[in-house]
Amino acid sequence: MAYPVRKILFSPVVDNNPIILQVLGICSALAVTSKLSTAITMCIALTLVVACSSAVISMIRHHIPANIRIIVQMTIIASLVIVVDQFLRAFAYEISKQLSVFVGLIITNCIVMGRAEAFAMKNPPLPSFLDGLGNGLGFSAILLIVGTIRELFGSGTLLGYTMLPLAKDGGWYVPNGLLLLPPSAFFLIGLIIWVVRSWKRTQVEKAEYRIQTMRQHSEVA
Amino acid sequence: MAESKAPPVRHSGSKTLLVAFSVCLVCSLIVASAAILLKPIQLNNQSIERKRIIVEIADLLEPGLTVEQAFRQVDAVMVELSSGQVTDALDPEHFDIAKAAKDVNLSEPLKRNEDPAQIRRKPKYLPVYRVNDEVGRLKTLILPVYGYGLWSTLYGFIALQDDLRTIQGLRFYQHAETPGLGGEVDNPQWLALWEGKIAFDDDWEPHIELVKGAVGTTTPDHQHKVDGLSGATLTTRGVMQLLNYWLSEEGFGPYLAQLREQKERR
Repeated sequence: MAYPVRKILFSPVVDNNPIILQVLGICSALAVTSKLSTAITMCIALTLVVACSSAVISMIRHHIPANIRIIVQMTIIASLVIVVDQFLRAFAYEISKQLSVFVGLIITNCIVMGRAEAFAMKNPPLPSFLDGLGNGLGFSAILLIVGTIRELFGSGTLLGYTMLPLAKDGGWYVPNGLLLLPPSAFFLIGLIIWVVRSWKRTQVEKAEYRIQTMRQHSEVA
Repeated sequence: MAESKAPPVRHSGSKTLLVAFSVCLVCSLIVASAAILLKPIQLNNQSIERKRIIVEIADLLEPGLTVEQAFRQVDAVMVELSSGQVTDALDPEHFDIAKAAKDVNLSEPLKRNEDPAQIRRKPKYLPVYRVNDEVGRLKTLILPVYGYGLWSTLYGFIALQDDLRTIQGLRFYQHAETPGLGGEVDNPQWLALWEGKIAFDDDWEPHIELVKGAVGTTTPDHQHKVDGLSGATLTTRGVMQLLNYWLSEEGFGPYLAQLREQKERR
């Protein structure tokens, strides 16, 4: 059986992006994107967890009893997250300290659970792995965009290297402090959603209600 | 998407239990082996991190020096807290405070009313770090301090200047307080407020207060006061109590008294 590999892998990047279309995983997108290095680490960690957990859950999907499936998924996801966290503490200690609880919070990231429940429980391991990988890439794409903008304009650096020399160190750039605060990630993600939905009209949701204008109102009356 | 709808799997109770058990077993084996295999590397990272903080608050980390090189200027000794005597019985390099606090031979239980830092058991020995000048006089003294905040035990170091009264710096190397609230104990701007504060009053009783609002030069007793962390009342109280505790007679008091005596004799 052939799978639409390209479609499974790349549709979550733009067409069905977990952050900007499904609006999941916002917590970590706000928290870890003030610097690009933490954003990259988070991307790698989440992509690994969601791809591997989807593959593992898919492998045993015929044996997972329906009534305890959520807790089984959680157990597998939590174990993978702990392993990733242990590796970070051993090999990227400085970054793991900066990420603090947010690595552990991958367990509660809705993207991981969402892919397990929506895709991996119904599909064979290989496509599930690709689906997890694709969703990880979709998450990563947004985090990297937000992280780049926030670090560049918030601190004038990229990955710690000076890009825009700061005025306080004798350069010309006055950094925008707002970009170092979590709310700025909200604005940036909002802007990205706006841009993507202007480009891909199909992503625009139907309005749930419409405010009646005065003329229509009088016609109804 | 090629999602084939499979009917939900229904299993008997024993199969459910079996699946639950095997998933737990496999997962716990993986988690346990990762934790055990990576432990030595993690411990080494933590030890370097502690050394880095010590050399940073003692202002020893010059450009071009690695942490290990800068740490050679630091003289680590073990101190018996009750007498204040320096002892050779233990190696300060590999001394683990958290482990010693659980060891029956190396620590003693505290009653609730004598435990403001909420550490439950007090180690009998702790390492202190001295930085001496060329003629061997004490320049900076770095003491380990720890105590409970809101969620976790905060472990850190406080550096005192050669008058043994003025704070040179404070840093924590391990805690699990709420990021953005209590976690702001790591905020460099807040830590910078500590430099130059006076840790003791005129009778050498520890006197450090964390207060609400900014501390200006017009605030009474401003040299003993530091602005607390907003939104983190309990972490702030924890920090205040642990510092006052470790600098008191119960903590490093006897050792500090000896150092003061030595200084006067000079």
